[in-house]
Amino acid sequence: MARYRSLRDLDWPLLIISLVICALGVLQIYSATHDTKWHTAWWKQILWIAIGLGLMWIVTSIDYHTLLGQVPILYCLSIGALLLTFAVGDMVFHSRRWISIPGTPIQIQTSEFEKIVIILLVARYLSELKTEQVGMRDLLKLGGLIGIPTALVFMQPDFGTCATYFPIMAGGVLIAGLPWRYLAVVAIACGLAMPAGWFLLKDYQKARLVTFIDPSSDPKGRGYQVIQSKIAVGHGGIWGRGVTQGTQTQLRFLPVPHTDFIFSGFAEEHGFVGVVVALGLYFLLLMQVVQNAQAAPDRAGMYVCMGVATLLLFHLAVNVGMVVGYMPVTGIPLPLFSYGGSNTFSVFMMLGLVNNVRLRRFVN
Amino acid sequence: MIPIEEQRSRPEASGRIFKDDTRFALGRIAVFQYAAVVTFLVLITGFWILQIRDREFNSEMAERNRVKTVPLLAPRGKILDRDGRVIVDNQPTFTVRLTRENLKMEHLDAIAAGLNLDPDELRARVKRFENRPKYVPLTIKQGLTSAELSFVESHRDPETFPELELLQSQGRLYPRNGFAAHVIGYVGEVSEQELNSADFAKYSQGEIVGKFGLERQYNDTLIGVDGQRRVVVDSLGRERQVLDNVDPTPGHTLQLTLDLDLQAVAELGLEGKEGALVALDPRNGEVLAMVSHPAFDPNLFATRIRNDDWKALTSDPQNPLMNRAIQAQLAPGSTFKPIVALAGLESGAIDENFTVHCAGGGVFYGHYRKCWVGSTAARAHGAVSLHRGIVQSCDVYFYTVGDRTGIDTIAKYAEMMGYGKKTGIDLPGEMEGIVPSTKWKLRTQHEKWYAGETIFVGIGQGALTTTPIQVASAIGGLAMHGVWYKPHLLKGADVGPPRTADLNPANVDKVISGMYGVINEGGTGASAIIPGLRVCGKTGSAQKVSNELAKSGKLTKEEAADTSWFVAFAPCENPEIVVSVLWQNGVHGALSAPIARDVIKAYFDKKARLAMPKMQQTALFLKPE
Repeated sequence: MARYRSLRDLDWPLLIISLVICALGVLQIYSATHDTKWHTAWWKQILWIAIGLGLMWIVTSIDYHTLLGQVPILYCLSIGALLLTFAVGDMVFHSRRWISIPGTPIQIQTSEFEKIVIILLVARYLSELKTEQVGMRDLLKLGGLIGIPTALVFMQPDFGTCATYFPIMAGGVLIAGLPWRYLAVVAIACGLAMPAGWFLLKDYQKARLVTFIDPSSDPKGRGYQVIQSKIAVGHGGIWGRGVTQGTQTQLRFLPVPHTDFIFSGFAEEHGFVGVVVALGLYFLLLMQVVQNAQAAPDRAGMYVCMGVATLLLFHLAVNVGMVVGYMPVTGIPLPLFSYGGSNTFSVFMMLGLVNNVRLRRFVN
Repeated sequence: MIPIEEQRSRPEASGRIFKDDTRFALGRIAVFQYAAVVTFLVLITGFWILQIRDREFNSEMAERNRVKTVPLLAPRGKILDRDGRVIVDNQPTFTVRLTRENLKMEHLDAIAAGLNLDPDELRARVKRFENRPKYVPLTIKQGLTSAELSFVESHRDPETFPELELLQSQGRLYPRNGFAAHVIGYVGEVSEQELNSADFAKYSQGEIVGKFGLERQYNDTLIGVDGQRRVVVDSLGRERQVLDNVDPTPGHTLQLTLDLDLQAVAELGLEGKEGALVALDPRNGEVLAMVSHPAFDPNLFATRIRNDDWKALTSDPQNPLMNRAIQAQLAPGSTFKPIVALAGLESGAIDENFTVHCAGGGVFYGHYRKCWVGSTAARAHGAVSLHRGIVQSCDVYFYTVGDRTGIDTIAKYAEMMGYGKKTGIDLPGEMEGIVPSTKWKLRTQHEKWYAGETIFVGIGQGALTTTPIQVASAIGGLAMHGVWYKPHLLKGADVGPPRTADLNPANVDKVISGMYGVINEGGTGASAIIPGLRVCGKTGSAQKVSNELAKSGKLTKEEAADTSWFVAFAPCENPEIVVSVLWQNGVHGALSAPIARDVIKAYFDKKARLAMPKMQQTALFLKPE
């Protein structure tokens, strides 16, 4: 008994802006890798985008209420997937983050898909609140539920990705309404937790924080990436060096130029003008998501959209902040821009959720 | 078209309170929007600072900012002789490369001219390199001459040809004129196939490794570990700052058992001839001299060998790259007779009084076989027994002894002497030779052995082949009464216990006595006499082609000529040195005898000289200017 909506109701601006950002990303990936051993990355990225669009379509088709109804199962499955990653994940550079599907070249970064589950989890939890504001018990319960996957991902280790889970909760909770005194308590708790957390961090993570505060303390080692990124960005000037002409990128001074530091390369090759355009596009994307939140038919839908918006803003702030030296090097990608299958898929699935909410806004 | 359900199934999915109202959150959503705006402004400010405000600074940093890793090549170990004199050394060589980031095509003609390169070929190479990353430099010439070096030094400033880059490394300095060339060998860049093999897998592309001779055999000892220096260079390629430095580990020095004085005499002795000489100490297996002629100049390989030179070497019909001392497998001729004699004595087939009548020839298995001495009755040997048979090298005697002893007994003693197997010397490429036997013939030709074939083996012909080092080692062990040490070139090498055989010392003495007579009692090796020294030996003249072929006129004199062999040791009773000489196309073994004599004499002269007080050693080599 399905009733079909016309395609007009999809959020076309959202889709078009996303695809333009993707295109810029592919261009930059090409430029950064065309004469290296990763030179197949750019068309692989196109493949990921295509698959991502397919996933987006699928996610849009299933009523988000159904998805929300299945949150407990999805949560358990995702925890199971994370545990499986520990058991059979591939060890790459001292961390286990990916599961390979045997017989295929497909690798799945399970922590990326965890983000979707957490958005749905937060949305469902907060939309079922019986109080006007978030109480301490709710805070702790939700925090605990999110803490488990956070801890699991932290132990992979993947500090960058696990750091994206709590912001989703923070965004949702702040919108739901948090009494000020709780905010103060949480802030103090974080302040106390930081020294404790320091001991939990691995050496290289500690070094990253130290280098973040003073990159020149270790210019040849860990501060290297940040210094090179800033030089690359600055080298771009107003108009940029031109596609494939950025020397920092082309001469391999910029590390991992097709993933984490892709925006540095973009800044070098397209200059301040290119940067403003790209950031402008991201801003429009974000505002489009927020608009869908404002027009959502119910709280759940609103929380879903705001969860997506919070996550995207967090990614942007941390990745682009890292590129200009305002944030420590954390290894989280730039959505739709950085090369990477799993991340592209999860972002498109998130956009699918947004579309999902939008399509059902008239059903009442 | 996107399918959606007609109704939401919300009430069944959960029992939560129906709250649709989202207006309470609109204010907070607006806060989020402002926060987003602020975030973006902060980020854009960051870019503004780097790209606009500090633009000059960052551009300059980018220009200056190139970290380059300069390899510090480890010097290869030197090679010394037994007295510590340098045989192989290193010398600085220069390589010039083009950095491609600032390469200007219009400079190529001038650069080619200054470096004596073909400008079209240079351009073609630059073009072929286009697809590689820009920061990889292109090596255009190695082993610069001093003129080319000064050209590069005077033109690599930023105004002229900034793309020129100079690399200093070490090249090998080998003795001139192919002295000890086959023993030392040469080095070269490790090839693709070698990289895929197990031995060479640990090396990387571009590394210089030993390819031939001792350079290859002991490459692991000689090769050092390269170091590296990381420097910051500016866009002109000038070093601004050293970041870190790992010093190279030089390779180890190799000390050989070779004696340069004896080697020099041996090289002179074989000059202009095609053949080999091996001199070793039978008391421990140390090789004192090893020569193979014709030789090649290993200095051609010291930096990358030119294609023309390599083609010339590999297509030369005289095969200069072959180390005849360990690879020439030829019939040993009469040098094998002492072993046949020993086999006969030990097996009881004959005793020392067994006598044969040589009439210049004899009938064996229905065919008349000649003795080398000639068929006229006046010159025939007449009655011959063991001692005289060896001294005069009577073929008829040894046809008979061989026949009586039988091929398998002969083979047994030949193998005991070390024939038919590698000696195990520490050089690559050694050949085994052939010791025929009934088993061997069945295995290789699937036919049974005919008794008539044995007689040829009795005089050291037939299917029997040996290498010069096998001959030296075999006779040396025989002279030691059945103790064979493994021949080796590395001084102090642990070669394990010697091979021994249980031989009747009386029999051995009889054979050795015969060999004494060869030289000192008017035998075939009389030209090897050294007054005041008891030298024992044996000549050999081995036929290479059949009589009919030789007479047919189809071959040149050289192609038809017999092989000349000679082997000697001294002093007879407690030998200190054994020398074997192979002279291909030398015809008569007696003609090789003086060559061995000179080496033996040099050995004892040196010994006497060193016993005299305060004798200075002379340096044999001077480095070129």
